[in-house]
Amino acid sequence: MARTSPFARRGSGRTRGLGRARGDRRWGEQPLGSGQRPPTSLVVALVMACASLMVLDTQAGDSSPVEPVRRAVGEVVGPAESAVAAAVRPAAVVPQWFRSHSALRADVDALEAENAELLSQVRTAGYDRNRLAELEGLTSSARDLGQALVPARVVGFGPSQSFTGTVTIDAGSSSGLGPDMTVVNDDGLVGRVLRVTSTTATVLLVVDSGSTVGARVGESMEMGFLRGRGEAGEGGDLDLELVDAAETPAKDDTVVTWGSRDGSPYAAGIPIGRVTAVYESLRESTKRVVVEPFVDVGSLDVVGVVVPSGTESDRGLVEADGSLR
Amino acid sequence: MSAVRVLAAAAAVLLAALLQVSVLSQVAWHGVVPNLVLLVVVAAGLVRGASFAMVLGLAAGLLLDLAPPADHVAGRWALALVLVGLVAGQVNREARGSAGAVVATVAVCSLLGTTVFALTGALLGDPITSVGSVLGVVGLALLLDVVLTPLVLPPLMAMFRRLEPARGLAWQR
Repeated sequence: MARTSPFARRGSGRTRGLGRARGDRRWGEQPLGSGQRPPTSLVVALVMACASLMVLDTQAGDSSPVEPVRRAVGEVVGPAESAVAAAVRPAAVVPQWFRSHSALRADVDALEAENAELLSQVRTAGYDRNRLAELEGLTSSARDLGQALVPARVVGFGPSQSFTGTVTIDAGSSSGLGPDMTVVNDDGLVGRVLRVTSTTATVLLVVDSGSTVGARVGESMEMGFLRGRGEAGEGGDLDLELVDAAETPAKDDTVVTWGSRDGSPYAAGIPIGRVTAVYESLRESTKRVVVEPFVDVGSLDVVGVVVPSGTESDRGLVEADGSLR
Repeated sequence: MSAVRVLAAAAAVLLAALLQVSVLSQVAWHGVVPNLVLLVVVAAGLVRGASFAMVLGLAAGLLLDLAPPADHVAGRWALALVLVGLVAGQVNREARGSAGAVVATVAVCSLLGTTVFALTGALLGDPITSVGSVLGVVGLALLLDVVLTPLVLPPLMAMFRRLEPARGLAWQR
Protein backbone atom coordinates (compact mmCIF):
# COMPACT_ATOMS: atom_id res chain seq x y z
CA MET A 1 0.00 0.00 0.00
CA ALA A 2 2.69 2.43 1.07
CA ARG A 3 4.88 2.01 -1.94
CA THR A 4 2.44 3.50 -4.44
CA SER A 5 1.76 7.21 -4.56
CA PRO A 6 -1.70 8.56 -5.33
CA PHE A 7 -0.32 9.64 -8.70
CA ALA A 8 0.77 6.18 -9.54
CA ARG A 9 -2.62 4.91 -8.61
CA ARG A 10 -4.32 7.46 -10.76
CA GLY A 11 -2.13 6.47 -13.66
CA SER A 12 -2.87 2.81 -13.18
CA GLY A 13 -6.55 3.49 -13.07
CA ARG A 14 -6.44 5.37 -16.33
CA THR A 15 -4.41 2.79 -18.13
CA ARG A 16 -6.74 0.00 -17.06
CA GLY A 17 -9.86 2.06 -17.61
CA LEU A 18 -12.25 -0.85 -17.45
CA GLY A 19 -15.24 1.37 -16.90
CA ARG A 20 -14.45 3.96 -19.48
CA ALA A 21 -16.61 2.64 -22.24
CA ARG A 22 -19.71 3.01 -20.12
CA GLY A 23 -18.93 6.36 -18.57
CA ASP A 24 -16.60 6.84 -15.67
CA ARG A 25 -18.22 6.86 -12.29
CA ARG A 26 -16.02 8.24 -9.56
CA TRP A 27 -16.20 8.02 -5.81
CA GLY A 28 -15.88 11.72 -5.04
CA GLU A 29 -12.40 12.69 -6.06
CA GLN A 30 -11.19 9.14 -6.07
CA PRO A 31 -9.16 8.13 -9.06
CA LEU A 32 -10.49 5.10 -10.83
CA GLY A 33 -8.41 2.43 -9.28
CA SER A 34 -10.14 -0.79 -8.53
CA GLY A 35 -12.91 1.17 -6.83
CA GLN A 36 -14.67 1.76 -10.11
CA ARG A 37 -18.06 0.42 -10.95
CA PRO A 38 -17.84 -2.67 -13.09
CA PRO A 39 -19.46 -2.43 -16.52
CA THR A 40 -23.17 -3.02 -16.26
CA SER A 41 -22.94 -5.49 -19.11
CA LEU A 42 -20.59 -7.67 -17.05
CA VAL A 43 -22.91 -7.60 -14.03
CA VAL A 44 -25.90 -8.49 -16.17
CA ALA A 45 -24.00 -11.22 -18.02
CA LEU A 46 -22.76 -12.91 -14.86
CA VAL A 47 -26.10 -12.76 -13.07
CA MET A 48 -27.90 -14.07 -16.15
CA ALA A 49 -25.37 -16.89 -16.44
CA CYS A 50 -26.08 -17.95 -12.85
CA ALA A 51 -29.84 -17.63 -13.31
CA SER A 52 -29.91 -19.67 -16.51
CA LEU A 53 -27.73 -22.34 -14.93
CA MET A 54 -30.17 -22.59 -12.03
CA VAL A 55 -33.15 -22.82 -14.35
CA LEU A 56 -31.37 -25.43 -16.48
CA ASP A 57 -30.53 -27.55 -13.45
CA THR A 58 -34.00 -27.22 -11.94
CA GLN A 59 -36.01 -27.92 -15.07
CA ALA A 60 -34.06 -30.89 -16.36
CA GLY A 61 -34.37 -32.82 -13.09
CA ASP A 62 -32.50 -36.12 -13.07
CA SER A 63 -31.29 -35.88 -16.66
CA SER A 64 -29.75 -32.50 -15.94
CA PRO A 65 -26.76 -31.62 -18.14
CA VAL A 66 -25.12 -30.40 -14.93
CA GLU A 67 -24.89 -33.98 -13.65
CA PRO A 68 -21.88 -35.02 -15.80
CA VAL A 69 -20.14 -31.79 -14.81
CA ARG A 70 -20.79 -32.58 -11.16
CA ARG A 71 -19.28 -36.01 -11.69
CA ALA A 72 -16.22 -34.56 -13.45
CA VAL A 73 -15.65 -31.99 -10.71
CA GLY A 74 -16.14 -34.72 -8.13
CA GLU A 75 -13.52 -36.93 -9.77
CA VAL A 76 -10.97 -34.15 -9.20
CA VAL A 77 -12.10 -32.59 -5.95
CA GLY A 78 -13.19 -35.81 -4.23
CA PRO A 79 -9.70 -37.36 -3.95
CA ALA A 80 -8.37 -33.96 -2.84
CA GLU A 81 -10.95 -33.92 -0.05
CA SER A 82 -9.94 -37.44 0.96
CA ALA A 83 -6.27 -36.40 1.04
CA VAL A 84 -6.90 -33.26 3.07
CA ALA A 85 -9.16 -35.11 5.51
CA ALA A 86 -6.55 -37.86 5.94
CA ALA A 87 -3.82 -35.27 6.50
CA VAL A 88 -5.66 -33.45 9.28
CA ARG A 89 -7.26 -36.51 10.88
CA PRO A 90 -4.68 -36.76 13.70
CA ALA A 91 -5.17 -33.09 14.56
CA ALA A 92 -8.93 -33.42 14.28
CA VAL A 93 -8.95 -35.52 17.46
CA VAL A 94 -8.01 -32.47 19.56
CA PRO A 95 -11.37 -30.67 19.36
CA GLN A 96 -13.04 -34.03 19.90
CA TRP A 97 -11.43 -34.15 23.34
CA PHE A 98 -13.22 -30.96 24.30
CA ARG A 99 -16.38 -32.21 22.75
CA SER A 100 -16.17 -35.53 24.55
CA HIS A 101 -15.56 -33.70 27.83
CA SER A 102 -18.79 -31.78 27.51
CA ALA A 103 -20.45 -34.88 26.10
CA LEU A 104 -19.38 -36.82 29.21
CA ARG A 105 -20.98 -34.24 31.47
CA ALA A 106 -24.15 -34.50 29.43
CA ASP A 107 -23.89 -38.28 29.72
CA VAL A 108 -23.69 -38.06 33.52
CA ASP A 109 -26.82 -35.93 33.61
CA ALA A 110 -28.61 -38.24 31.23
CA LEU A 111 -27.59 -41.35 33.17
CA GLU A 112 -28.76 -39.86 36.48
CA ALA A 113 -32.10 -39.06 34.94
CA GLU A 114 -32.28 -42.51 33.43
CA ASN A 115 -31.42 -44.13 36.75
CA ALA A 116 -34.26 -42.32 38.49
CA GLU A 117 -36.61 -43.34 35.71
CA LEU A 118 -35.51 -46.97 35.92
CA LEU A 119 -36.06 -47.06 39.68
CA SER A 120 -39.59 -45.85 39.21
CA GLN A 121 -40.22 -48.33 36.43
CA VAL A 122 -39.00 -51.42 38.19
CA ARG A 123 -42.50 -52.84 38.21
CA THR A 124 -42.65 -52.80 34.44
CA ALA A 125 -39.51 -54.94 34.19
CA GLY A 126 -41.28 -57.70 32.31
CA TYR A 127 -42.49 -55.32 29.66
CA ASP A 128 -39.03 -53.87 29.38
CA ARG A 129 -37.55 -57.32 28.94
CA ASN A 130 -39.90 -58.01 26.07
CA ARG A 131 -39.06 -54.71 24.54
CA LEU A 132 -35.36 -55.46 24.87
CA ALA A 133 -35.81 -58.76 23.10
CA GLU A 134 -37.62 -56.98 20.33
CA LEU A 135 -34.88 -54.40 20.08
CA GLU A 136 -32.24 -57.09 19.92
CA GLY A 137 -34.21 -58.77 17.23
CA LEU A 138 -34.27 -55.58 15.30
CA THR A 139 -30.57 -54.95 15.60
CA SER A 140 -29.73 -58.51 14.67
CA SER A 141 -32.05 -58.25 11.68
CA ALA A 142 -30.16 -55.17 10.70
CA ARG A 143 -26.94 -57.12 11.11
CA ASP A 144 -27.93 -60.02 8.92
CA LEU A 145 -29.53 -58.10 6.11
CA GLY A 146 -28.07 -60.80 3.93
CA GLN A 147 -25.96 -58.11 2.39
CA ALA A 148 -22.41 -56.93 2.74
CA LEU A 149 -21.06 -53.61 3.97
CA VAL A 150 -18.38 -51.52 2.31
CA PRO A 151 -16.60 -49.52 5.04
CA ALA A 152 -15.83 -45.88 4.27
CA ARG A 153 -14.85 -42.71 6.07
CA VAL A 154 -16.53 -39.33 5.89
CA VAL A 155 -14.11 -36.85 4.33
CA GLY A 156 -16.29 -33.79 3.73
CA PHE A 157 -19.35 -32.21 5.30
CA GLY A 158 -21.69 -29.84 3.49
CA PRO A 159 -21.85 -26.64 5.55
CA SER A 160 -25.12 -25.55 7.15
CA GLN A 161 -24.92 -22.38 5.06
CA SER A 162 -25.95 -24.54 2.11
CA PHE A 163 -29.02 -25.73 4.04
CA THR A 164 -28.47 -29.30 2.91
CA GLY A 165 -27.38 -32.33 4.91
CA THR A 166 -24.85 -34.05 2.68
CA VAL A 167 -21.42 -35.60 3.25
CA THR A 168 -18.67 -36.99 1.04
CA ILE A 169 -17.33 -40.48 1.78
CA ASP A 170 -14.06 -41.85 0.48
CA ALA A 171 -15.43 -44.88 -1.38
CA GLY A 172 -16.84 -44.73 -4.87
CA SER A 173 -17.85 -46.83 -7.85
CA SER A 174 -14.49 -48.64 -7.82
CA SER A 175 -15.45 -50.04 -4.39
CA GLY A 176 -18.76 -51.29 -5.74
CA LEU A 177 -20.90 -48.31 -4.76
CA GLY A 178 -23.73 -46.89 -6.82
CA PRO A 179 -26.57 -44.41 -6.42
CA ASP A 180 -29.45 -45.25 -4.05
CA MET A 181 -27.51 -47.51 -1.72
CA THR A 182 -28.15 -47.45 2.02
CA VAL A 183 -25.52 -45.94 4.30
CA VAL A 184 -25.40 -47.02 7.94
CA ASN A 185 -23.06 -46.84 10.90
CA ASP A 186 -22.96 -48.79 14.16
CA ASP A 187 -25.77 -46.63 15.58
CA GLY A 188 -28.22 -46.91 12.73
CA LEU A 189 -29.29 -45.35 9.44
CA VAL A 190 -27.09 -42.52 8.12
CA GLY A 191 -28.64 -41.89 4.71
CA ARG A 192 -28.41 -42.96 1.10
CA VAL A 193 -25.92 -42.52 -1.72
CA LEU A 194 -26.92 -39.76 -4.13
CA ARG A 195 -24.17 -39.98 -6.74
CA VAL A 196 -20.76 -41.56 -7.04
CA THR A 197 -17.45 -40.78 -8.66
CA SER A 198 -14.80 -43.47 -9.05
CA THR A 199 -13.29 -42.81 -5.62
CA THR A 200 -15.88 -40.83 -3.66
CA ALA A 201 -19.62 -40.75 -3.13
CA THR A 202 -22.06 -38.09 -1.98
CA VAL A 203 -24.45 -39.20 0.76
CA LEU A 204 -27.79 -37.56 1.52
CA LEU A 205 -28.25 -37.66 5.30
CA VAL A 206 -31.61 -38.56 6.82
CA VAL A 207 -31.74 -35.13 8.49
CA ASP A 208 -31.75 -33.31 5.13
CA SER A 209 -35.03 -31.56 4.42
CA GLY A 210 -35.23 -33.33 1.06
CA SER A 211 -34.87 -36.79 2.57
CA THR A 212 -37.90 -39.04 2.91
CA VAL A 213 -37.55 -42.53 4.38
CA GLY A 214 -40.29 -45.12 4.52
CA ALA A 215 -40.32 -46.11 8.18
CA ARG A 216 -42.24 -48.22 10.62
CA VAL A 217 -42.58 -48.06 14.36
CA GLY A 218 -40.88 -51.13 15.79
CA GLU A 219 -43.50 -51.74 18.49
CA SER A 220 -46.70 -51.55 16.48
CA MET A 221 -45.33 -52.14 12.94
CA GLU A 222 -47.24 -48.97 12.04
CA MET A 223 -45.99 -47.48 8.77
CA GLY A 224 -45.20 -43.88 7.94
CA PHE A 225 -42.86 -41.48 6.22
CA LEU A 226 -39.87 -39.96 7.96
CA ARG A 227 -38.76 -36.54 6.78
CA GLY A 228 -35.70 -34.54 7.74
CA ARG A 229 -35.92 -30.98 8.95
CA GLY A 230 -32.69 -29.78 7.41
CA GLU A 231 -31.06 -29.02 10.75
CA ALA A 232 -27.69 -30.67 11.07
CA GLY A 233 -25.78 -30.81 14.31
CA GLU A 234 -27.64 -30.74 17.59
CA GLY A 235 -31.41 -30.89 17.47
CA GLY A 236 -31.48 -32.50 14.04
CA ASP A 237 -34.78 -34.26 14.67
CA LEU A 238 -36.95 -36.04 12.10
CA ASP A 239 -40.69 -35.86 11.54
CA LEU A 240 -42.62 -39.11 11.19
CA GLU A 241 -45.99 -38.91 9.48
CA LEU A 242 -48.01 -42.04 10.07
CA VAL A 243 -50.23 -43.47 7.38
CA ASP A 244 -52.88 -44.46 9.90
CA ALA A 245 -53.54 -41.36 11.97
CA ALA A 246 -55.47 -43.37 14.56
CA GLU A 247 -52.31 -44.98 15.87
CA THR A 248 -50.24 -43.18 18.47
CA PRO A 249 -46.72 -44.46 19.02
CA ALA A 250 -45.38 -44.44 22.56
CA LYS A 251 -42.42 -42.40 23.68
CA ASP A 252 -39.07 -44.17 23.14
CA ASP A 253 -40.54 -46.53 20.53
CA THR A 254 -37.88 -47.48 18.02
CA VAL A 255 -38.38 -46.47 14.40
CA VAL A 256 -36.84 -48.68 11.69
CA THR A 257 -36.71 -48.52 7.90
CA TRP A 258 -39.54 -50.32 6.20
CA GLY A 259 -37.40 -51.09 3.20
CA SER A 260 -38.21 -51.51 -0.43
CA ARG A 261 -37.62 -53.88 -3.28
CA ASP A 262 -33.97 -54.99 -3.55
CA GLY A 263 -33.12 -52.76 -0.60
CA SER A 264 -32.89 -49.69 -2.77
CA PRO A 265 -32.70 -46.92 -1.70
CA TYR A 266 -33.17 -48.16 1.85
CA ALA A 267 -32.68 -51.71 3.11
CA ALA A 268 -35.33 -52.99 5.53
CA GLY A 269 -35.12 -53.15 9.31
CA ILE A 270 -32.36 -50.64 9.96
CA PRO A 271 -32.89 -48.70 13.19
CA ILE A 272 -33.29 -44.97 12.57
CA GLY A 273 -34.24 -43.38 15.87
CA ARG A 274 -36.62 -43.24 18.79
CA VAL A 275 -39.87 -41.38 19.28
CA THR A 276 -39.48 -38.34 21.54
CA ALA A 277 -42.77 -36.49 21.14
CA VAL A 278 -46.15 -36.73 19.38
CA TYR A 279 -48.13 -33.74 18.12
CA GLU A 280 -51.65 -34.04 16.80
CA SER A 281 -53.08 -31.79 14.10
CA LEU A 282 -56.86 -31.96 14.17
CA ARG A 283 -57.22 -29.87 11.04
CA GLU A 284 -55.15 -32.13 8.84
CA SER A 285 -56.17 -35.19 10.83
CA THR A 286 -52.57 -36.36 10.92
CA LYS A 287 -50.15 -36.89 13.73
CA ARG A 288 -46.67 -35.47 13.64
CA VAL A 289 -44.29 -37.70 15.50
CA VAL A 290 -40.85 -36.33 16.39
CA VAL A 291 -38.07 -38.89 16.08
CA GLU A 292 -34.58 -38.39 17.42
CA PRO A 293 -32.09 -40.19 15.18
CA PHE A 294 -29.68 -42.68 16.77
CA VAL A 295 -26.90 -41.40 14.54
CA ASP A 296 -25.17 -38.17 15.54
CA VAL A 297 -24.72 -36.58 12.14
CA GLY A 298 -22.48 -33.89 13.56
CA SER A 299 -19.70 -36.36 14.36
CA LEU A 300 -19.91 -38.96 11.61
CA ASP A 301 -16.69 -40.79 10.82
CA VAL A 302 -16.74 -44.46 9.84
CA VAL A 303 -19.82 -45.55 7.93
CA GLY A 304 -20.83 -48.67 6.00
CA VAL A 305 -22.56 -48.80 2.65
CA VAL A 306 -24.95 -51.72 2.15
CA VAL A 307 -24.06 -53.55 -1.07
CA PRO A 308 -25.28 -56.89 -2.43
CA SER A 309 -23.28 -59.82 -1.02
CA GLY A 310 -20.41 -60.78 -3.27
CA THR A 311 -19.95 -57.34 -4.80
CA GLU A 312 -16.61 -56.75 -6.49
CA SER A 313 -14.77 -54.17 -4.43
CA ASP A 314 -11.25 -52.77 -4.27
CA ARG A 315 -11.33 -52.67 -0.49
CA GLY A 316 -12.18 -54.98 2.41
CA LEU A 317 -15.84 -55.98 2.53
CA VAL A 318 -17.72 -56.85 5.72
CA GLU A 319 -19.80 -59.86 4.68
CA ALA A 320 -23.22 -60.67 6.05
CA ASP A 321 -21.84 -63.31 8.45
CA GLY A 322 -19.44 -60.76 9.96
CA SER A 323 -16.39 -62.08 8.12
CA LEU A 324 -13.98 -59.79 6.35
CA ARG A 325 -13.18 -60.33 2.73
CA MET B 1 2.03 -13.02 -15.41
CA SER B 2 -1.63 -13.24 -16.23
CA ALA B 3 -1.48 -17.02 -16.02
CA VAL B 4 0.21 -16.78 -12.64
CA ARG B 5 -2.53 -14.48 -11.38
CA VAL B 6 -5.31 -16.77 -12.55
CA LEU B 7 -3.55 -19.80 -11.12
CA ALA B 8 -2.96 -18.12 -7.75
CA ALA B 9 -6.58 -17.04 -7.49
CA ALA B 10 -7.80 -20.50 -8.52
CA ALA B 11 -5.47 -22.16 -6.01
CA ALA B 12 -6.69 -19.87 -3.23
CA VAL B 13 -10.33 -20.69 -4.04
CA LEU B 14 -9.69 -24.44 -4.28
CA LEU B 15 -7.73 -24.51 -1.03
CA ALA B 16 -10.46 -22.50 0.71
CA ALA B 17 -13.16 -24.87 -0.55
CA LEU B 18 -11.21 -27.97 0.55
CA LEU B 19 -10.47 -26.54 4.01
CA GLN B 20 -14.10 -25.53 4.39
CA VAL B 21 -15.47 -28.96 3.52
CA SER B 22 -12.89 -31.30 5.01
CA VAL B 23 -11.12 -29.50 7.87
CA LEU B 24 -13.27 -26.75 9.32
CA SER B 25 -16.30 -29.04 9.40
CA GLN B 26 -14.54 -30.86 12.26
CA VAL B 27 -14.96 -27.76 14.40
CA ALA B 28 -18.29 -26.69 12.91
CA TRP B 29 -20.71 -24.99 15.21
CA HIS B 30 -24.19 -26.37 14.62
CA GLY B 31 -22.88 -27.37 11.21
CA VAL B 32 -21.98 -23.80 10.28
CA VAL B 33 -18.39 -23.27 9.13
CA PRO B 34 -16.57 -20.05 8.29
CA ASN B 35 -17.15 -19.35 4.61
CA LEU B 36 -13.52 -19.20 3.48
CA VAL B 37 -14.42 -19.07 -0.22
CA LEU B 38 -16.50 -15.97 0.41
CA LEU B 39 -13.55 -14.40 2.23
CA VAL B 40 -11.32 -15.02 -0.81
CA VAL B 41 -13.85 -13.28 -3.06
CA VAL B 42 -14.12 -10.34 -0.63
CA ALA B 43 -10.32 -10.00 -0.53
CA ALA B 44 -10.20 -10.01 -4.32
CA GLY B 45 -12.91 -7.37 -4.45
CA LEU B 46 -11.16 -5.11 -1.97
CA VAL B 47 -7.84 -5.27 -3.79
CA ARG B 48 -8.69 -5.85 -7.43
CA GLY B 49 -12.11 -4.29 -7.82
CA ALA B 50 -15.54 -5.53 -8.69
CA SER B 51 -14.99 -6.86 -12.21
CA PHE B 52 -12.26 -9.29 -11.17
CA ALA B 53 -14.05 -10.25 -7.95
CA MET B 54 -17.29 -11.00 -9.79
CA VAL B 55 -15.63 -13.33 -12.26
CA LEU B 56 -13.72 -14.99 -9.43
CA GLY B 57 -16.99 -15.20 -7.47
CA LEU B 58 -18.66 -16.98 -10.38
CA ALA B 59 -15.86 -19.55 -10.61
CA ALA B 60 -15.69 -20.05 -6.84
CA GLY B 61 -19.45 -20.35 -6.58
CA LEU B 62 -19.57 -22.95 -9.34
CA LEU B 63 -16.94 -24.97 -7.46
CA LEU B 64 -19.07 -24.86 -4.30
CA ASP B 65 -22.15 -25.77 -6.35
CA LEU B 66 -20.61 -28.73 -8.17
CA ALA B 67 -17.95 -30.24 -5.91
CA PRO B 68 -19.09 -33.02 -3.57
CA PRO B 69 -20.91 -33.05 -1.20
CA ALA B 70 -23.02 -30.27 -2.74
CA ASP B 71 -26.51 -31.34 -3.79
CA HIS B 72 -28.35 -28.07 -4.31
CA VAL B 73 -29.31 -26.55 -7.67
CA ALA B 74 -26.15 -25.46 -9.49
CA GLY B 75 -25.67 -21.71 -9.78
CA ARG B 76 -26.95 -20.70 -6.35
CA TRP B 77 -23.60 -20.09 -4.69
CA ALA B 78 -22.34 -18.68 -8.00
CA LEU B 79 -25.03 -16.00 -7.97
CA ALA B 80 -24.46 -15.25 -4.28
CA LEU B 81 -20.70 -14.86 -4.73
CA VAL B 82 -21.03 -12.76 -7.92
CA LEU B 83 -23.10 -10.30 -5.88
CA VAL B 84 -20.57 -10.49 -3.03
CA GLY B 85 -17.79 -9.62 -5.49
CA LEU B 86 -19.86 -6.74 -6.82
CA VAL B 87 -20.40 -5.29 -3.34
CA ALA B 88 -16.84 -5.86 -2.10
CA GLY B 89 -15.47 -4.12 -5.18
CA GLN B 90 -17.49 -0.97 -4.51
CA VAL B 91 -15.86 -0.11 -1.20
CA ASN B 92 -14.26 3.29 -1.21
CA ARG B 93 -10.61 2.88 -2.00
CA GLU B 94 -9.33 5.19 0.70
CA ALA B 95 -11.16 3.24 3.38
CA ARG B 96 -9.79 -0.11 2.28
CA GLY B 97 -6.63 -0.09 4.31
CA SER B 98 -8.42 0.32 7.61
CA ALA B 99 -9.25 -2.80 9.60
CA GLY B 100 -12.69 -1.50 10.45
CA ALA B 101 -13.68 -1.13 6.82
CA VAL B 102 -12.43 -4.62 5.99
CA VAL B 103 -14.37 -6.19 8.85
CA ALA B 104 -17.48 -4.20 7.92
CA THR B 105 -17.17 -5.33 4.30
CA VAL B 106 -16.83 -8.96 5.35
CA ALA B 107 -19.86 -8.64 7.62
CA VAL B 108 -22.02 -7.12 4.88
CA CYS B 109 -20.82 -9.61 2.29
CA SER B 110 -21.36 -12.62 4.56
CA LEU B 111 -24.88 -11.47 5.31
CA LEU B 112 -25.54 -10.85 1.63
CA GLY B 113 -24.02 -14.12 0.43
CA THR B 114 -25.83 -16.45 2.84
CA THR B 115 -29.12 -14.58 2.46
CA VAL B 116 -29.01 -14.62 -1.35
CA PHE B 117 -28.28 -18.36 -1.23
CA ALA B 118 -31.21 -18.97 1.11
CA LEU B 119 -33.54 -16.80 -0.99
CA THR B 120 -32.69 -18.54 -4.26
CA GLY B 121 -33.43 -21.81 -2.47
CA ALA B 122 -36.84 -20.48 -1.43
CA LEU B 123 -37.52 -19.26 -4.97
CA LEU B 124 -36.60 -22.61 -6.49
CA GLY B 125 -38.92 -24.39 -4.10
CA ASP B 126 -36.39 -25.95 -1.76
CA PRO B 127 -38.10 -27.18 1.37
CA ILE B 128 -37.03 -24.31 3.61
CA THR B 129 -37.22 -25.48 7.19
CA SER B 130 -38.15 -22.36 9.11
CA VAL B 131 -37.31 -18.68 8.94
CA GLY B 132 -35.93 -18.85 12.45
CA SER B 133 -33.38 -21.55 11.71
CA VAL B 134 -32.32 -19.81 8.48
CA LEU B 135 -31.77 -16.55 10.38
CA GLY B 136 -29.80 -18.49 12.99
CA VAL B 137 -27.53 -19.95 10.32
CA VAL B 138 -27.10 -16.54 8.66
CA GLY B 139 -26.17 -14.91 11.96
CA LEU B 140 -23.81 -17.67 13.01
CA ALA B 141 -22.10 -17.62 9.61
CA LEU B 142 -21.71 -13.83 9.88
CA LEU B 143 -20.13 -14.19 13.33
CA LEU B 144 -17.69 -16.90 12.24
CA ASP B 145 -16.69 -15.02 9.08
CA VAL B 146 -15.97 -11.85 11.06
CA VAL B 147 -14.00 -13.79 13.67
CA LEU B 148 -11.83 -15.34 10.97
CA THR B 149 -11.31 -12.06 9.09
CA PRO B 150 -8.20 -10.85 10.98
CA LEU B 151 -6.52 -14.21 10.35
CA VAL B 152 -7.45 -14.76 6.73
CA LEU B 153 -7.98 -11.41 5.01
CA PRO B 154 -4.51 -9.77 5.48
CA PRO B 155 -2.53 -12.60 3.79
CA LEU B 156 -5.14 -12.93 1.04
CA MET B 157 -5.16 -9.19 0.34
CA ALA B 158 -1.36 -9.13 0.36
CA MET B 159 -1.35 -11.95 -2.19
CA PHE B 160 -3.81 -10.22 -4.52
CA ARG B 161 -1.91 -6.94 -4.12
CA ARG B 162 1.39 -8.52 -5.10
CA LEU B 163 -0.21 -10.02 -8.17
CA GLU B 164 -1.92 -6.84 -9.29
CA PRO B 165 -0.46 -6.02 -12.71
CA ALA B 166 -1.23 -2.30 -12.80
CA ARG B 167 0.60 -1.76 -9.55
CA GLY B 168 3.81 -3.09 -10.95
CA LEU B 169 3.48 -0.84 -13.97
CA ALA B 170 2.72 2.16 -11.84
CA TRP B 171 5.74 1.50 -9.67
CA GLN B 172 8.05 1.45 -12.65
CA ARG B 173 6.74 4.72 -13.95
